[in-house]
Amino acid sequence: MPRVALVLAGIAPLLAAPFAGATVLPEERADLMYHRYDGGDVTVDGPSVLVRKNIGDKVSVSANYYTDFVSSASIDVQTSASPYKETRNQYSLSTDVLNGKALYSLGYIRSSESDYKADTAFAGVSQSLFGDLTTISFGYRYGDNEIGRNVAGTLDPNFKEQMKTQGFSAGLSQILTRSMILSFNYEVVTDEGFLRSPYRSVRYLESATTQAVQSEVYPRTRTSNAGSLRGKYFLPWRAAAELGYRYYTDTWGVRGQTADLGYTHPKGKWTFEGSVRYYTQQRANFYQDLFPRRDFANFLSRDKELATYDNVTLSVGATYDFHIPRVAWIDKSSASIRYSFLTVKYDDFRDATKSFGKFGVLPDEPLAPGTEPLYKLDASVLQLFMSIWF
Amino acid sequence: MLVRTVLLGLAVMIGASACSPIEPWVKPYERENIADPIMSFNRDPVSQSYLDHVYEVREASRGATGSSGGGCGCN
Repeated sequence: MPRVALVLAGIAPLLAAPFAGATVLPEERADLMYHRYDGGDVTVDGPSVLVRKNIGDKVSVSANYYTDFVSSASIDVQTSASPYKETRNQYSLSTDVLNGKALYSLGYIRSSESDYKADTAFAGVSQSLFGDLTTISFGYRYGDNEIGRNVAGTLDPNFKEQMKTQGFSAGLSQILTRSMILSFNYEVVTDEGFLRSPYRSVRYLESATTQAVQSEVYPRTRTSNAGSLRGKYFLPWRAAAELGYRYYTDTWGVRGQTADLGYTHPKGKWTFEGSVRYYTQQRANFYQDLFPRRDFANFLSRDKELATYDNVTLSVGATYDFHIPRVAWIDKSSASIRYSFLTVKYDDFRDATKSFGKFGVLPDEPLAPGTEPLYKLDASVLQLFMSIWF
Repeated sequence: MLVRTVLLGLAVMIGASACSPIEPWVKPYERENIADPIMSFNRDPVSQSYLDHVYEVREASRGATGSSGGGCGCN
């Protein structure tokens, strides 16, 4: 059950990691990861494989394969549909070409699942300036999305929608001192077309004590602006502290702020890390948990991702570096584990299963619409990955 | 507006560098700390992009992470 977030799909692993200072070709490495998300009665897991190889000393190519196996009985699904399973596959290819102090990037991503197909092309350039103290970068991407709808497990032949996305980004990375680096990123994303879920409904009051549902109604355009500032500081005992902030705004009225703090500490062959991240968001103008009547406004949404809420994520991780004997072409290798715990508290999204029931079965003592407890969500995120450099 | 300001700032910096080359105040041989892998903003791209994706699916905010996530927006 895809959502428009898909448009930003997977460019990052293909881009050269923003390395402090000089514009250089990215490292030659391969990663094999298993990922698992478990929260809110949704489980998403699968593999990701990323390989990056140089051709000569001016060209680097990269390929990524990523899969999500989704098993969902989320709160949206509980109040309006049946549990479902879905598989999403994503393939990406990109190339980077180094020309003096400039690095040019070009890439393509294809993502497909039973009811959503997305093709994205992207291009970028980064340039070192001022003795490699400053790196500027610009990027553009274009995405073409085809949205379908499954009915009773079969694709509805009468439902086919389109959505196009364009994104423009600019970045500036600056070495400030021997031990400190700053990075500023700015991104504008604009969508046009079918932007809602073909499955989700809004609820409204039929009378003081009864409720009914109708389809969501969304605008056909959305433009967002986001700016972020990150700083990283090298501590005297060989460790790194990182601080980040992002401000987000869009034409739907959503305002979001993200702040995070991280710490990385190597010790022998181990590298330990921990971070805390806080996110807060104000709802979209046309979001409501319960509308006063049918067709209350021109646009109607009950997507909890457009609600007012905040969340906190705590993450810990460890990486162990090791040498694989008798394999001369591998320079080094490592194994990593990362675990994150995410907790979300919604301010204006209520647990409608207490009035609607679950999967069409009413609760023993249904609550009146609008009096249900506010919804909360806890999730665990696990990553296990192996990396080799060659 | 912000884009215009950033571009103007960059143009001024580039223009200034054309007239009088800016001396790097952190010399290449003084960048040992900065070059340490633990100072990378994206040390493990496959991991960072996955985590960004998890956030992107759960939150309305998007973009400017320096590394966008990958994929499925499952409800």
